[in-house]
Amino acid sequence: MRKKWNIKLEVLGLFLAILWLLPFYLMFVNSFKSKKEIFMDTIRPPEAWSFDNYITAFEELDFMRTLFNSLLITVVSVVLIIVFSAMAAYALSRAKSRLSTVLFFTFVAAMLIPFQSVMIPLVTVFGKFEMLNRGGLIFMYLGFGASLSIFLYHGALNNIPRSLDEAATIDGANRWQVFWHIIFPILKPITVTVAILNIIWIWNDYLLPSLVINTPGSETIPLKMFFFFGEYTKQWHLALAGLTLAIVPVIIFYFFAQREIIKGVSDGAVK
Amino acid sequence: MRTKDLSYWLFLAPVLLALTLVVIVPMLLGVYYSFTTWNGIDTGEFVGFQNYIDLFNDQRFMDSLWFTTKFSIVSVILINLIGLSLALLVTGRVRSSKLLRTTFFMPNLIGGLILGFIWQFIFIKVFASVGEIIGMESLQGWLSTTDTGFWGLVILMSWQMAGYIMVIYIAYLEGMPKELLEASEIDGASSFQRFRYVVFPLVAPAFTVSMFLTLSNTFKLYDQNLSLTGGGPYNSTEMVAMEIFKTAFMQNAFAYAQAKAVIFFVIVAIIALVQVYLNKRKEVEM
Repeated sequence: MRKKWNIKLEVLGLFLAILWLLPFYLMFVNSFKSKKEIFMDTIRPPEAWSFDNYITAFEELDFMRTLFNSLLITVVSVVLIIVFSAMAAYALSRAKSRLSTVLFFTFVAAMLIPFQSVMIPLVTVFGKFEMLNRGGLIFMYLGFGASLSIFLYHGALNNIPRSLDEAATIDGANRWQVFWHIIFPILKPITVTVAILNIIWIWNDYLLPSLVINTPGSETIPLKMFFFFGEYTKQWHLALAGLTLAIVPVIIFYFFAQREIIKGVSDGAVK
Repeated sequence: MRTKDLSYWLFLAPVLLALTLVVIVPMLLGVYYSFTTWNGIDTGEFVGFQNYIDLFNDQRFMDSLWFTTKFSIVSVILINLIGLSLALLVTGRVRSSKLLRTTFFMPNLIGGLILGFIWQFIFIKVFASVGEIIGMESLQGWLSTTDTGFWGLVILMSWQMAGYIMVIYIAYLEGMPKELLEASEIDGASSFQRFRYVVFPLVAPAFTVSMFLTLSNTFKLYDQNLSLTGGGPYNSTEMVAMEIFKTAFMQNAFAYAQAKAVIFFVIVAIIALVQVYLNKRKEVEM
């Protein structure tokens, strides 16, 4: 049976897509206007496409530095989460015992704990040990991110036959080699999923870094955006230019990896 | 590998250490502190259930709990309805399916804080100017009342999360055997009957996942709440997560805030467990 084309559905879909993009359109066109122009009209494109707002926002956000901070925190955290969660899931899936079951269950149960329930003691304890800095933040991301990642890796590992491990062991490889040379490469699809889920979360996270990072100059994009918005709250032309700047890196990432992103998010939720 | 092996523990050590110090220890400490007069520095004295008794008489906390509940119920229904509709649309007979999916999903990649700021502009400035043009008084002064703040948050979350939920429904819809649909069509089932008797039972597991995800996401909402309404006007759109934050870091009532945080954990955990249990049972029946 051939799929017939339903033109009404198509038109409806395109209409909805335009509706969905409208907020971004409004942000974009108004980010080029002057304060006075926004006051007069918020719907039409600007009379002249002036980059003045962007120059101010770029400087005020210290954009290159803030972007670098976000990249640094995200990349280091995600790499550590991948490496350590995969290793842990491997140990838990290969050593079948009551202890492994209990540990696995502990990791899964930890997912039920909302951040707000641990945030206050977490910040005071880490503060006592002078760990409220980027190193501490990355370590916290490992603690909060490990559960879901271990859960996903564990599911994938259970589908890899142990005979593979055994064959490699007979050939003289040790645990470390078996895992990194044989098993980890097979886990690549789930690694992509784990990476994407954690990138989206950490890149956009606001609350945790707002509690942990206090030194000026090490703020991530959401942190800096919050201060920036607070300063320019009645100056929409600047605020909107800043918001557009903050979104650009995400749009670029989405453009190049949209298939992997949608697949990763759906796998992460469904499994 | 056996649990006695050194390698077992070496492979587990980094995440065990991180989970213990970041989640388990703060959680246990938090439960303990919630029974004291802890102020962030000194543990203070043990006061039993006093903090818990106080919070049930705390109008602001109870208001935030009620606001959060209302918001979650309305949002969960709308997000799932819109999400499922979008999923049916893009898996239907359209040519721009891929483009549509990409578009509907896009808001999920951007942080809630930034999305809230964008919508603040739309509700305050754009709504006002559109209202002026078409002469609709009700579009003025959005986010300045409790009701418009509530619906503002609902609109923002529905717009953001519908595409996410759509992706989940698509995964189930596309995993559905095509022969089944074709057979029912040949047998003369109407499109409503096909949806009710063929599609719906097959995507039922998607409801488990979607309801759970939307409920826990909306109940724990913080970023969008902060950037869209900031809890205003007069704390009337303040949700639980924000209320806990303000009690702790603005009023410096650490032990008291922690008691609220423990209650928050209990509610979130119960929701999650009940939801999973109920939906598991339903799946079996069908």
